[in-house]
Amino acid sequence: MKPMFGRGPSLQLRLLLAVVASVSLIFLDSKLDLFSPYRVFLNSLVSPLQYMANAPSQLLDTVADKVISREQLQAKNKELEHQVFLVRSDLLQMEHLKEENKRLRQLLGSPVRQDARKMVAEIMEVDSDPFTHQVVIDKGSLNGVFEGQPVVNDQGVVGQVLRVGSTTSRVLLITDNSHGIPVRFQRNDIRALANGTGNLERLDIPFVPHSTDIQEGDVLVTSGLGGRFPEGYPIAVIERFEYDEGMPYARVDAKPVVPLDRIRYLLLLWPGEAGGPSTPVPVNPEEREVSELPAAEVTPAPSQSEEPSNG
Amino acid sequence: MDKGNSRSMIYLSIVVALMLAILPLPAQLDAFRPDWLTLVVLYWVLALPHRVNVGTAWCAGLVLDILLGSTLGVRALGLAVVTYVAAMNYQLIRNFSVWQQAVVIGVLTLSCKLLIFWAEHLVSDIILMPQYFWSILSTMLIWPWVFLILRRTRRHFGVR
Repeated sequence: MKPMFGRGPSLQLRLLLAVVASVSLIFLDSKLDLFSPYRVFLNSLVSPLQYMANAPSQLLDTVADKVISREQLQAKNKELEHQVFLVRSDLLQMEHLKEENKRLRQLLGSPVRQDARKMVAEIMEVDSDPFTHQVVIDKGSLNGVFEGQPVVNDQGVVGQVLRVGSTTSRVLLITDNSHGIPVRFQRNDIRALANGTGNLERLDIPFVPHSTDIQEGDVLVTSGLGGRFPEGYPIAVIERFEYDEGMPYARVDAKPVVPLDRIRYLLLLWPGEAGGPSTPVPVNPEEREVSELPAAEVTPAPSQSEEPSNG
Repeated sequence: MDKGNSRSMIYLSIVVALMLAILPLPAQLDAFRPDWLTLVVLYWVLALPHRVNVGTAWCAGLVLDILLGSTLGVRALGLAVVTYVAAMNYQLIRNFSVWQQAVVIGVLTLSCKLLIFWAEHLVSDIILMPQYFWSILSTMLIWPWVFLILRRTRRHFGVR
């Protein structure tokens, strides 16, 4: 019989060491945020595991792409051509409106809206901490992703980059419990905050007085006040506005416009960096430089079956 | 097979468990994902307590923390504590039948999950969903099979 635990410290001492190490790690990580410089390195270290876990679904996707029939492809192509045609006709008007908007803003003396560089990222299908709302995307610091970067899709705001690895990053969704975003009501320019609730279907708007003019169905857009998200992207729609005279503030619930449990492709924004002056149709799907669209005129992506609406 | 190589089977099984822990599952099944890492680590602790104990469990838990993007050290703490309990009582637990062991594993997983919840609750406001505990059931049900597969692996490669 081997001597149990013959070498090294006793089991109790090991446990003590492990507990002390974990508690100090938890404290240093959550309160002092000491590890953010090393997170890039740590995340890069484990990203092979994430790619391996993602491989089966990737493989299924590839197989599904390969076995698609000629008729299906032709039908899809026809549908896409039709949609590009419609979107292009909208864009003709867009250019005109943009120029007009720029001139009007110059007349008013307000700063002209900046264009943002955009990049398409795909969500990797790996599991995350069940207590937070996060997704992993397949772009990292090698692609220029930075912490706090705004992430949107074709429908509205999705969240912001929480942690960066060299080839993968984590995106914190707007519905996470710890996430808050400055918003503006599109109808009457009331400013507020939208906090995540831990529920994918609900955002909470705190500190709204009873007398505020809010109606169910009002659209919330980013106000651009935090300096993190560019102005004018839709976030949520008001679902409930209730007030109780006994309570100091009204209770306002909003529903995110993006179905956050069914997202696949995301757009990373570089708000400071101007994209090309105005490139109406993206040429390279991987890294396209599209001029930023104002909120009301975001056109649905070609992947959706509905007709593009003109806001 | 030489000793170093056979021992790497332990680490290989832990890496496989880490991968299974982040593998995408359909949303309906996701709540029932067994705690693979807890299962594998506890098997090795019961089989080779002088080889795998608190230190290994702590490191594996830390890697899972990084993989899941949570606060560092949370799962490391939970796993290290239940590993300690298992390593202290390994002779007792070994003598149980596989289904009795499954109950013990269920209790250990529950305490691990409670520790993780408690640690995460201290650092941030989180909401406890009842689904969080459903996976204990699947963990208990899958223990006998994990036990058989890993025992065969251990005997085949002569891991000591």
